[in-house]
Amino acid sequence: MNLVNLFGKKTFPHGIHPDEYKTETNAKPTRRLPFAPEIIVHLAQNIGKPAKAIVFKGQSVTRGEIIAEADGFMSVPIHAPVTGIIKEIDIAPNAKGGKEPAIIITTSLDSGQQVPEPDSYNDYQQMSREELIKAVQNIGMVGLGGAAFPTHVKMSVPADRTIHTVLINGCECEPFLTTDHRVMLENIDNLLLGIRIAMKCVAAPKAIIGIEDNKLNVLAAIKPHLPSDGSITIEAVETKYPQGAEKMLAYSLLGIEIPSGGLPSEVGLAVFNVATLAEIGALIPKGQGLIERVITITGDDLEKPGNYLTPIGTPLRYLLDYAGFKGTEAELILGGPMMGMPARSLDVPITKGTGAVLVLDKRATKNDDILPCIKCTQCLQVCPINLNPSELGLLAAKRQYDVMEEKYHLNDCFECGCCSYVCPSNIPLVQYFRIAKVLNRERHLQNG
Amino acid sequence: MAKSDFKIDIRTSPYIRKAPTVAQIMRNVVYALLPLAAYSVYQFGISALALLLATTLSCMATEHFFCWMSGKKSTILDASAAVSGLLLAMTLPPGFPLWMAAIAGFTAIAMGKTLFGGLGFNVFNPALVGRAFVQAAFPVSITTWTPELAVNRFVEFIPSTLALPFMKPAATAEWTAQVAVDGFSGATPLALMKFQGIMTDAYDLFIGNVAGSAGETSSLLILVCGAYLVYKNMLDWRIPAAVIFGTVISAELFYFLDPSKYPSPAFMVFSGGLMFAAVFMASDMVASPVTPLGIFVFGFLVGALTVIIRLFGGLTEAVMYAILFGNAATPIIETYTQPRIYGARKKAKEKS
Repeated sequence: MNLVNLFGKKTFPHGIHPDEYKTETNAKPTRRLPFAPEIIVHLAQNIGKPAKAIVFKGQSVTRGEIIAEADGFMSVPIHAPVTGIIKEIDIAPNAKGGKEPAIIITTSLDSGQQVPEPDSYNDYQQMSREELIKAVQNIGMVGLGGAAFPTHVKMSVPADRTIHTVLINGCECEPFLTTDHRVMLENIDNLLLGIRIAMKCVAAPKAIIGIEDNKLNVLAAIKPHLPSDGSITIEAVETKYPQGAEKMLAYSLLGIEIPSGGLPSEVGLAVFNVATLAEIGALIPKGQGLIERVITITGDDLEKPGNYLTPIGTPLRYLLDYAGFKGTEAELILGGPMMGMPARSLDVPITKGTGAVLVLDKRATKNDDILPCIKCTQCLQVCPINLNPSELGLLAAKRQYDVMEEKYHLNDCFECGCCSYVCPSNIPLVQYFRIAKVLNRERHLQNG
Repeated sequence: MAKSDFKIDIRTSPYIRKAPTVAQIMRNVVYALLPLAAYSVYQFGISALALLLATTLSCMATEHFFCWMSGKKSTILDASAAVSGLLLAMTLPPGFPLWMAAIAGFTAIAMGKTLFGGLGFNVFNPALVGRAFVQAAFPVSITTWTPELAVNRFVEFIPSTLALPFMKPAATAEWTAQVAVDGFSGATPLALMKFQGIMTDAYDLFIGNVAGSAGETSSLLILVCGAYLVYKNMLDWRIPAAVIFGTVISAELFYFLDPSKYPSPAFMVFSGGLMFAAVFMASDMVASPVTPLGIFVFGFLVGALTVIIRLFGGLTEAVMYAILFGNAATPIIETYTQPRIYGARKKAKEKS
């Protein structure tokens, strides 16, 4: 079934081996970033419905206090990342170049910025499954791996599906990024507690932590803490991009394919990012909200690259000033260099889904002329989904977006970017596919 | 501590890439062809050199001309025209008249490549289009072979090389008789097999100690040069492998039926242009399938067709037509060999 795994390392077919550039940050302990004088908290922090603001202009808020509540099931509340005064509830720039509603808080620099201790602590073992899932929603948890999908929704597995294994994704296959690496080294107890909570929420008897074999110190650090009954294990998989995609990890570890267009729960899996579970382990007992996260700040022309525990809502300008950015021109990227998103302005704040801020100049590949496809098959040889990016690219150039979707499985592309990475003709393949998907979605909406 | 803004470049991911450029790939193919070119010059002398130069220059000039005509930036620097020119020369007899070679080069680029829209759009391998054209136009010259390792090969042209345009090339029979070591019949191993039933030793074929087209004689050297490209990840080894596999299987079938009548698989693989075609011609990226199964089907088809044409057709040089046919079949092969995607559902498969 899993032929690739028979020959040594656990892995998946295809994929690429980009330069990692992780050593610039992976050995440095996480440091706390100071509070920015002004914090911008977008109401849309997660996939699904934005939260609803429940504060008013001029109101004083305490760090950790709920400032926006969940709007339905597909939504999570937002907690104040700092103690301060609500300056405005207005639109503020987002990474996409537009503006959207946000709560802007002026930080009270003279206050202690303490999160109030709770009256009582929660013991997850005493809580029912439903209570736990509700608690996960109440702390405002979303997937910290980048997608920002509400975690409690993922945990609410349909009654007709049984989860046999929880996969904990600690691959961090994107170059430059080391947040998950640091979290796994520094928060082992919280991580293991979070794993137990997740296992209880999805009623799974088993959990596997998957890490790439460039992080073997994590393996050594975590192994002694694992329960002796073997319910939680940790395994190394080959260091290869995009190993951290849940589809790839499921195949590498278990030889299971997540069906096209389906969810992992269809084949009995639930996949969580390590940072998400570490935060759940840290926050659930106290019932405190998600107000900060670890972010890798790295790239070119930085004096102090590293991992920073950053309050949600910190503007990029503050972050980069603190990290000592000295360049005059750079690509400003939220996330990794393969799948990250460009930020259009320095006024854009960190959101719950931001795992890294990357400023790339020298090491970014500049665009060259796009040449015709020479059918070299490199893209087919790296596509982890086994698509035919060459043909998809030709169809995109002809604007046959419907054919791409119907005959060439466009919607199975998860935009890892391997095809663009290897194309000798500089064809922006994955970029074409993203556009094609958007246009198809619009077309389907118009056609009802 | 706020500092002034910096200039933000906005692009979409991925921000890093690592790939050889098209020009680098093509240049490496040229490098890989140079040892073969050198060997052919060693074997056949200055005529082979003149032939290589004639086709290469003709191809590049044609490419440049059509780019200039259509007001585009000249694409000769991507070296793809040079590759076509070199490939073309190596499939021609060493004594092929230069003016005919120039026409072959022009046809290769004009009709094989530019007509379809240039690099990346050609349906057929341009070099083979050029060769097919001259095969039809000059059937005598393209089947006139001269002996390898002639004594004066570095100082004297093969008489037919310098034929004037539209003049009948000088007969080489007399010259051949003069320079040939012993009993050279002017026939390639394939022709010997086909028309006289003489089998050439497979070892001689492998080393290249035989008559034949300029660059196709030494299977060993071809494999070494091909291995270099495979090592550089600029040649898809699956295509040559499939072609050879297809040839061996089909030849074995006939050999098994009647070993006295049909040649052995080893002879088939190492004779004629098969090895050269498998490694450098069939593997032309643009005109071969991209799907994994399609690559195998294509290669197998080329190999099997070569054997069938060689054994039952009127021609000895079969592999050219086999590849052109394979090129033509590429779109339909691709249509039916799309890869199975990760997590494909059974039902969805049946529906499509």
